Amino acid sequence: MSSTSPRPTFFKATMAIVQKDLVAELRSRELLSAMLVFSMLVILIFNFALELDIKVRQSVTAGVLWTTFAFAGTLGLNRSMAVEKDRGCMDGLLLAPVDRAAIFFGKAISNLAFMLIVEAIVLPLYALLYNEVRIFQPAFLGVVFLGSIGYIAVGTLLSAMSVQTRTRDVLLPILLFPVAIPVLLASVKASSGLLNNATFAEILTPLNLLIVYDVIFIAVAFMVFDFVVEE
Amino acid sequence: MQSKPIALTVLDIVSIIVLGAAAYLALVFAPTELVMGDVQRVFYFHVGTAWVGLLGFVLAAITGIAYLVTKDMKWDRFEVAAVEVSTMFFFITIVLGSIWARPAWNTWWTWDPRLTTAAVTELIYIAYFMLRQGLEDPEKRARFGAVYTLLGGLSAPITFMVIRLFRTIHPVVIGNASAEAQGGFSMTADMRTAFFFALFAFTVIFIDLLWHRIRLGGLQDKVEQLKLSLSI
Repeated sequence: MSSTSPRPTFFKATMAIVQKDLVAELRSRELLSAMLVFSMLVILIFNFALELDIKVRQSVTAGVLWTTFAFAGTLGLNRSMAVEKDRGCMDGLLLAPVDRAAIFFGKAISNLAFMLIVEAIVLPLYALLYNEVRIFQPAFLGVVFLGSIGYIAVGTLLSAMSVQTRTRDVLLPILLFPVAIPVLLASVKASSGLLNNATFAEILTPLNLLIVYDVIFIAVAFMVFDFVVEE
Repeated sequence: MQSKPIALTVLDIVSIIVLGAAAYLALVFAPTELVMGDVQRVFYFHVGTAWVGLLGFVLAAITGIAYLVTKDMKWDRFEVAAVEVSTMFFFITIVLGSIWARPAWNTWWTWDPRLTTAAVTELIYIAYFMLRQGLEDPEKRARFGAVYTLLGGLSAPITFMVIRLFRTIHPVVIGNASAEAQGGFSMTADMRTAFFFALFAFTVIFIDLLWHRIRLGGLQDKVEQLKLSLSI
C-alpha cells in the first residue's frame, strides 16, 4: 500500500471491477442461478429434441454443450451489462480516473468467471446425467476455456453496445451469434474431435483458428471499447 | 438544391452498357461447358456479385475505421452505402449459387462450410441494420455501426479461407480445388474473357450504386437538418 498515486494502476483498476462484480454476484446470486437453471433447461430440451441416446451422444455432445454455453453466456452478458446501465453504474465507472480498457477487461474477466463457473457445474452434471466421462480430459477442458475467452471478449463488447439500443435484450444474440461463429465453430470442431479420439493433426486446424480468433477478438474489443462507452 | 453530377449520369449509362455486355458474354459468347451445360453460365455473375459483395464489406470495415478516427459523418454515409449495396449483391450471389447447385449438386442448399459462412456473413450485415435501427442518436449510430462493421470485416476473410481450411464441396476455379470439390471445371480463353469482364462490369455497377447511395445519404441528412430548422 505504498503507492499514493491518485490514479490506480491498470491492473488494480481491472481487479477492482472484477471484485465488485464478484461480490455483488455473491450477495445476490441472481445471475449465476439464472444461467445455471437456463443451462439445465436447454440440455433438457435437447434431450427431448434430439433423443440423446448413446449413439446420438457420440456425435452431438460437443454441439449440445456449446449451444448451451452460448445461450447461457448471452443471458449472463446481457444481465451483467444491464445492471451497470440501469442504476447509472456505467456513468460512475466512466467518471473514474481509470483507463477505459481497464473497465473492459474488468467486465470481461468477471463475465468469463461467471461463464466458467456455469461450465464447471454444467459439465459434471452433463457427465453424470449421460454417463459421459469423455469430457474430463484436460485437452477438452482447455478447448472449453479457450472458446469461452473468445466468446466473452466479443460478447462483452457487443453487450456494451446492445444495452444502449432501444431493443436491448433482443439485440445481443442477434449481434453476437453471427460474429462469434468463428469461435463457436472452431470450439465445436475441436471439442468434438477430442471426444471422438481424433489425432492431434486433425484438431490442429480448428485449434489454430480458435486461438487466432481469441487473440483477434481480445485485441479488437480492447481497441474499440472506448468508442462504445463514450457519451 | 444539389443537382445530379454529370459524371454520375455517365456512370449510370456505362453501368447499363457493361451489364448488357457482360450478359452477352456470359450467355452467348462463352462456350457451353461440356459436363454441366448451360447452367454453368450462372458462374460468371455468381463470382461477379460475390466479388463486389465482399469488396463492399471490406470497404465498410475500412470506412468504419476512418469514421472512428476522424469522426466525420461522410465516412458513416460511405459505410452504410457500402454495406447496403453489398448485402444486396451478396444475397444475389447466394441465390445464383443456389440456382447452380440444384443441377450441379442436386440440392438447393447444403450445410457446406463455404455456404454456411456465406449465410453467416449475410446475417452479420442484416444484424448491422437492426443495430442501426435501434439507435436514434446519429452520432452513436455511426460509432456503433463502425465498430460492428469492423467485427464483421474480420469474419469476411474466413469466408474465403474456410474453403482451404475445411473440406468443402464448393469448387475453386482459380487456384487449387479441394479434393472433394464437385462441379469444378477449367476455363477456356473465351470463358476467361467473359469471367473477367463480368468482374469488371460488376465493379462498375457497384461503384455506380455506391455513389447513388452515398448521395442519397447526404440528401437524407439535409432533409433532417431542414426539418429540424423548421421545427425550431
